Amino acid sequence: MKRAPADTEKSARIITRRGLLLGAAQLGFAGVLAARMRYMQLDQADAYRMLADQNRINIRLLPPARGLIFDRKGVLLAGNEQTYRIVMVREDAGDPEAVLARLGELIWLDPEESARALEEMKRRSPFVPVTIADRVSWEDVAEVAVNAPALPGVFPEVGLNRYYPLGSDFAHVVGYVGPVSDYDLARIEDPDPLLQIPRFQIGKTGVEARREADLRGSAGTSRVEVNAVGRVMRELSREEGIPGSNLQLTVNHVLQNFCEARVAGESAAVVVMDPRNGDILALASSPSFDPNKFVRGISSKDYSALLEDPYRPLPNKASQGIYPPGSTFKMVTALAALEDGLIGLDDTFTCRGFVEVASRRFHCWSRGGHGRVDLVRSLRESCDVYYYELSQLVGIERIAAMARRLGLGVQHDLPLSSVAKGVVPTKSWKLETGKGEWVIGDTLNATIGQGYVLASPLQLAVMTARIATGAAISPRLVRAVDGVEQPVRGLAPLDIDPANLAAVREGMYQVVNGTRGTAGSSRIVAEGLRMAGKTGTSQVRNITAAERARGVTSNDDLPWDRRDHALFVGYAPHDAPEVAVSVVVEHGGGGSTAAAPIARDVLLAAHYDGVPPLSAYPASQRGTIRTRLENLELRDPQTPSEGRSRA
Amino acid sequence: MSYLEYNVKWTPTGFSKIFYLNWALILLLVAVAGIGFLMLYSVAGGDITRWAEPQMKRFGLGMVLMFVVAMVPIWFWRNMAALAYLGSLGLLLAVAFFGDVGMGAQRWIDLGFLRLQPSELTKITLIMVLAAYYDWLDVNKVSRPLWVLIPVAIILVPTALVIAQPDLGTAILLMAGGAVVMWLAGVNILYFLAVGGLGAGAVAAVFLSRGTSWQLLKDYQYRRIDTFLDPASDPLGAGYHITQSKIALGSGGWTGRGFMEGTQSRLNFLPEKHTDFIFTTLAEEFGFVGAGSLLALYIGVIVVCVISGMRNQDRFGALLTFGIAATFFFFFAVNMSMVMGLAPVVGVPLPLVSYGGSAMVVLLVGFGLVQSAHVHRARSK
Repeated sequence: MKRAPADTEKSARIITRRGLLLGAAQLGFAGVLAARMRYMQLDQADAYRMLADQNRINIRLLPPARGLIFDRKGVLLAGNEQTYRIVMVREDAGDPEAVLARLGELIWLDPEESARALEEMKRRSPFVPVTIADRVSWEDVAEVAVNAPALPGVFPEVGLNRYYPLGSDFAHVVGYVGPVSDYDLARIEDPDPLLQIPRFQIGKTGVEARREADLRGSAGTSRVEVNAVGRVMRELSREEGIPGSNLQLTVNHVLQNFCEARVAGESAAVVVMDPRNGDILALASSPSFDPNKFVRGISSKDYSALLEDPYRPLPNKASQGIYPPGSTFKMVTALAALEDGLIGLDDTFTCRGFVEVASRRFHCWSRGGHGRVDLVRSLRESCDVYYYELSQLVGIERIAAMARRLGLGVQHDLPLSSVAKGVVPTKSWKLETGKGEWVIGDTLNATIGQGYVLASPLQLAVMTARIATGAAISPRLVRAVDGVEQPVRGLAPLDIDPANLAAVREGMYQVVNGTRGTAGSSRIVAEGLRMAGKTGTSQVRNITAAERARGVTSNDDLPWDRRDHALFVGYAPHDAPEVAVSVVVEHGGGGSTAAAPIARDVLLAAHYDGVPPLSAYPASQRGTIRTRLENLELRDPQTPSEGRSRA
Repeated sequence: MSYLEYNVKWTPTGFSKIFYLNWALILLLVAVAGIGFLMLYSVAGGDITRWAEPQMKRFGLGMVLMFVVAMVPIWFWRNMAALAYLGSLGLLLAVAFFGDVGMGAQRWIDLGFLRLQPSELTKITLIMVLAAYYDWLDVNKVSRPLWVLIPVAIILVPTALVIAQPDLGTAILLMAGGAVVMWLAGVNILYFLAVGGLGAGAVAAVFLSRGTSWQLLKDYQYRRIDTFLDPASDPLGAGYHITQSKIALGSGGWTGRGFMEGTQSRLNFLPEKHTDFIFTTLAEEFGFVGAGSLLALYIGVIVVCVISGMRNQDRFGALLTFGIAATFFFFFAVNMSMVMGLAPVVGVPLPLVSYGGSAMVVLLVGFGLVQSAHVHRARSK
């Protein structure tokens, strides 16, 4: 086709003009791109650089080593042991099922756990190690290491786990740790990020729980570079955590072991205190359990066995069990009356076996009556009528005030799971708790430690220590934190007339050493070690008129859970107290027969720091006592941490 | 136009043509491809065999084709234009029926030795056929409605086939390339304004209809638009790519983190780091200096082509040169806008740098046509 030259020129002109325009537009847009580049790379570079670093740098927490717990002698009560677990990395294993099958020929694998691990490996990134066996023995680790070429992707890993070398002895005092539960997370405000670490353990009960802040320590950090799918490429920097503080407790592991062994088979609690400074030397609750089982994850069978045991192994009876103190409360009533000058030291009442108050008869345990009774005799023979008469003079309010002064009805500050406040009833207390108007019968019951009065073995031990020393001592369980001694609290005098205290102590001395003392069969004959104390037998049921008519008043005729509690509080030596003790044997029967012998053995064991010599016992009893002491299942003192040498 | 017209003036013949090639353009293309090899080597973590080596082989093949195409007289290519266009339409239809499905879209024909992507080929053949059309058309009829409708149809047929694949990025490039040739040929500006106005109206309708009973797009399509407008709204989902891309680019600073030191690409935070997002690695590792250099090289290619087109009195040659340069421009402009967060992610490679066979070979064949036009243009004695 032929085209006119003008057309060609016109066309060329248009193309040139529009081409130039197009080129200019393109250059303009390239300028926009350059400006955007400049803005992002120069003006915003720092912000983007920071984002890039946030992308690639992960901060991982390194769990600190938990603080150790020692007894007063420096023996380990709670430590950290290295445990081994076997992990598998999918991408290194190639065929996880085949490798797992090979591993199963070498060491025992829980089939359920293996199935779970395989499932987890499929779900997670191929480079994440998945645990296939936890807490394996050193022999198994060696087996895996030797066969490493045949087990690609299988590695042993080391972790720290809590363990309690003394087993059940300190289950209630030290407590135990366990993995962080959802409940824990919900309960704790501002939770430590450490709690999010898998397998991290926190204190669940006892000192482990209450001194968690000291024991936990603080996390270390590891800055690692990760790629887009989270695989760790390299560690950039590392800062080790600060281990938790080590605690030294006031308890003595030898005495604790002796107490646990002495009350084995009973449902009982023993508290041993140094009355001079309040140190808890032993705090036993029987039966006990192995806290290591909880750390490792207790089986539901074992757990329900603990829950269903009628002797209730789990709660700490020494601090949270509350019992009617029975006759051990009589010192409180006596001191209340003496301090208010309502009776003199030599005043007497006549016991005819009962008193009649508000047309009700209140019986003394001695049906025939004690006759003329003064203060010392009232304690020695535990005359109830003396106190019935006394209480009508003193009134409940003054008794309650004295009880609180001696440490009953108040919550002592100890780092234990639960420290009971107990009950010291008053008129207003009864009204507030909806139990109605106070009646005189309530006072009579309270005065012999029955009725509404409830106290824990710990409170009874504090009461005994305060009577023994005349000082307002408070119990102490933590002796030192990281080697720094903790203060002793409450050595201030009780502000009770020493003459009155001396009279009550004389009564308590006579209980054990007097001719007709209720605990006369539990006396100590070693010179300079004689003990003073008070028995108590508290009813857990009302004896009905019908029963009384039938003559069913003997404990042996009743089922276990309706028998009386046996109590004893005491201290030794009587003239310079070194040790105070309280013993409660649930449904044990009489305090003089069931509780006092235990208290004597414990006081002697505390003094001799071990099994006491027979020479401390009256010659006539040595035969039976030898058998009893020899049959105690005591831990061999040489190897307190048996089988844990590699830890 | 006849053979005689070319004879009035002088054109090189035989091997002497080699001296009249646009050597500046060749040098620029080699430089750009060289940057590409370097980056492919880097994103492979120092492994040359993974992407860089195959890319070099394809670049070699493309350069050979470019020379061959350049040696053939431009009027031969003009006569072949209609045939080439119909051939590429046939191939587009073929992929629609027999193509391999890859990445959720039907784009390739597997020829055994090469996976041919007809939509890439169409970008060049469409420019060719439009240039030939306007070369043939009387310049006074260019803006008449009937004569405008014909090229519009020529553009829309392959565009529709590409959208059906679906490949929105390529479809946009096809329409933009075609529109540029129409604009250069002198089509009245009012047509462009009208189309632009309609387009703006359509966009407005799309946005206004959202949430109403007559909404024009599917919900997921709206979400994609949201992500483009504010990538932070979905940082781990659809916005992830663009957010990570911007972080890589911005963290480069003046001179970058150093060769093979880019954490974003080395640690795999960047998506598609060897193809569509390769520019971010360049920007991360060599900073503003490196990214700016590549942009400068691209601008150089455009400038060289514009100069060549302006000096070419032949209508077909000039339109072809401008058209191919514009296509090249759209490639890198859309890609860079995308990785810098100025445009939505549509899947357009960075020309001559991104890893990928057919796009590079086809683009070099296109530059072969530019060279042919350059060599065979009428020159004054």
